[in-house]
Amino acid sequence: MKSLLYTLTIACTLGLLAACSSGGGGSESAESTVDLTKNTPKGQASVVDNESKANILQVAIGSPDHTTLVKAVEAAGIEHVLVNAGPLTVFAPTNAAFDKLPAGTLDDLLKPENKGKLAEILTRHAAPGSYDIEDLKKEAAKGRKLYMATGDYLDVTTEGDDVFVNGVKVEASIYTSNGVINVVNDVILPK
Amino acid sequence: MKSKFMVLLSLVALTLLGSCNNGSSKKKSQGALSGNVAERVFVAPGEHDEFYGFISGGFSGQLSVYGLPSGRLFKVIPVFSVDAEKAYGFNEETKPMLMTSHGFIPWDDSHHPDLSQTEGVIDGRWCFINANNTPRIARIDLTTFETAEIIEIPNSAGNHSSSFVTENTEYVVAGTRFGVPVPQRDMPIEEYKGNFKGALTFIKVDQETGNMDIAFQILMPGFNYDLAHPGRGKSHGWFFFSTYNTEEANTLLEVNASQNDKDFIAAINWKKIEEYVANGGGKKMPTRYAHNIYSDDTHSATSTMKTEILTVEPTDVPGAIFFLPTPKSPHGCDVDPTGEYIIGNGKLAAALTAHSFTKMLDAIENKKFDGEAYGIPILNYDDVVAGVVQQPGLGPLHTEFDGRGNAYTTFFISSEVVKWKLGTWEVVDRKPTYYSVGHLMIPGGNSRKPWGKYLVAMNKITKDRYLPTGPELCQSAQLYDISGDKMELLLDFPTVGEPHYAAGAPADLIAPNSKKFYKLGENNHPYKTLSEKEARVERKGNEVHIYMTTIRSHFSPDNIEGIKVGDKVYFHVTNLEQDFDVPHGISMIGANTSELLIMPGQTETFVWEPKQPGVWPFYCTDFCSALHQEMQGYVRVSPKGSDVPLKWSLDGE
Repeated sequence: MKSLLYTLTIACTLGLLAACSSGGGGSESAESTVDLTKNTPKGQASVVDNESKANILQVAIGSPDHTTLVKAVEAAGIEHVLVNAGPLTVFAPTNAAFDKLPAGTLDDLLKPENKGKLAEILTRHAAPGSYDIEDLKKEAAKGRKLYMATGDYLDVTTEGDDVFVNGVKVEASIYTSNGVINVVNDVILPK
Repeated sequence: MKSKFMVLLSLVALTLLGSCNNGSSKKKSQGALSGNVAERVFVAPGEHDEFYGFISGGFSGQLSVYGLPSGRLFKVIPVFSVDAEKAYGFNEETKPMLMTSHGFIPWDDSHHPDLSQTEGVIDGRWCFINANNTPRIARIDLTTFETAEIIEIPNSAGNHSSSFVTENTEYVVAGTRFGVPVPQRDMPIEEYKGNFKGALTFIKVDQETGNMDIAFQILMPGFNYDLAHPGRGKSHGWFFFSTYNTEEANTLLEVNASQNDKDFIAAINWKKIEEYVANGGGKKMPTRYAHNIYSDDTHSATSTMKTEILTVEPTDVPGAIFFLPTPKSPHGCDVDPTGEYIIGNGKLAAALTAHSFTKMLDAIENKKFDGEAYGIPILNYDDVVAGVVQQPGLGPLHTEFDGRGNAYTTFFISSEVVKWKLGTWEVVDRKPTYYSVGHLMIPGGNSRKPWGKYLVAMNKITKDRYLPTGPELCQSAQLYDISGDKMELLLDFPTVGEPHYAAGAPADLIAPNSKKFYKLGENNHPYKTLSEKEARVERKGNEVHIYMTTIRSHFSPDNIEGIKVGDKVYFHVTNLEQDFDVPHGISMIGANTSELLIMPGQTETFVWEPKQPGVWPFYCTDFCSALHQEMQGYVRVSPKGSDVPLKWSLDGE
């Protein structure tokens, strides 16, 4: 925070010097460089609310089986999406699911330079709308595919009582205030 | 931290500008920023205001909620007028709130908000406000910011010296402005004098629920009771009402009610009258008045017509009521935080009069009377007056206090706020208002504990203050910093309707109690639907009841058939969300009413009487979610006598 203010001061100073040398508009830039909006970097994920039913992010944070997912969501910078009004359906890979990835894959994705790639992979696990296991069975019965937030379509199939998305079995549905979490034991990868 | 940083930035900027010295930046920086004014009212995006301001909506009939010092409008709470945005007075649940002995009334003129107090300090529980035209008092619950209760005041007209609370919210009072026959009857207007009455009503407030109940009504002479304030501290137990038209004129009052050199402030010892009533005193009189209560349990209001009121004749309680002569039609009647001074703002007077409570008690004890009016003793002016503020301005209206020994009075004609000292009566500062100020408000400024940082002046006229909007212009509020010796105008913002009085309180007193949503498990609405499984449609003759739910992002059911022309269709809609800030709306094509705006956990009802066969859509009117635009449905309407069966579904099920 302090360093941000410091940067701001430097920027302000430089701006003024530049205005000075060009010989005009000095006072105007003095007003415009003071941007207090930058002092309050907030988002919906920081809303304090202990009364509402828990949202997708809050449920995930509370789940000991999803610590890797939560870490990945934060690294990808998509935490605000998971508290949005939605409604959203999130297929939430367990820690065990991430462990199945080839060695080094996750560590690589968590690197800052791969933020965009990680966000893309995670976003492929989110669909607009609320679909629990029963809804997914209906999708399968009607031959519908599931449209994901990345624009991909996932195949929805059934085998006996079980439901699969792109071949990954849906273990359980958890209801949240802004949608549904479907627990999966594999990371859903593009076909 | 932030302000320190701002100072640093300003210093850097100024130094650089100074060294620049090429004449390009002369006057420009002498604006609001360099004067530090903008920073003092700027609440950065995402940050909160320090105070709530509850500003009356005047002829809008509502109460608006502002943040101070920013002047940002948060909510307009519908109170005495219908509000299509919130379905207030349109949905079946809130229609009873606007019932009166005259039937359903869709409008009123709201005047004087006052906050509940405990031991003379604002406590943040409730806000009371009066309807001036068809006399009523409303109570707003400050956990939901909704109108929780409205009680009608019988035998009253122009309910203006209202709705002020005693220092433990024992009573909220409502005084009549217009003298009227009590009980109402057919009689010649010119027989007003001596025959009309002025009712002062004391409404008991239940300390647990806040529910109001008229305790007694004092039938005073038919003067005009203009404004009022309770005693506090040493004068707790008394109430003071200003009067004008002690001439009892019934026509051309602008001339005929300005004849007497002095009118009165009526001093009422309500504790004495309370005791008199508790011992069986007073007379029960048949009357009719509505008492309307909204329940957060059933999400519905009920209206009960009451038929009796307890009245008290002033002469039946000797020693309880006195008149304090006060120059020239006093308007505002304000009591300082210590309870010692009662300020009469004689709107036509050249000076402001402060009465002394101590001297008043002494004058009563030693019977220093100067005659009587209708059997009520008039105290001798010189024996009660504490001091006079000479030549303070023109047209004094209202006074508030900062808790540091200063009083602030508004002057309508000279359009200014004047600061003066209690006790020495000297004027110490004056600042213009733009234009023609009426009321003013300091948070807690009419209590024992003012938060004397800001003053809000409320103006009647704005003329050139904002971009013009045709002949009809807004009224305005102006914020002054009163923390220093001199007042400083910081901000100028438009208001909703004409702001009469306002009330303010530190945000910390109220914000933590603000409700986030209603719990579904506590919903006791008779037509609730607690899950999609319970959603259904029932027919009873030509009445059809739709038990509907909403959740992101669909209605259940969303396809309904078997409705016929001539049916009366009730949409009972329950919002199943249990999440903060996720209301859903609903509206039906051709419904002769407003939308519903349903908070999470709430049930609301609107009625639709289809007139034409066809397939008619409805939709969610509040942008609830990413799939809001998909939140819609259809009702099939068949001709009268058709045998299309009643049927409903969601996704074919």
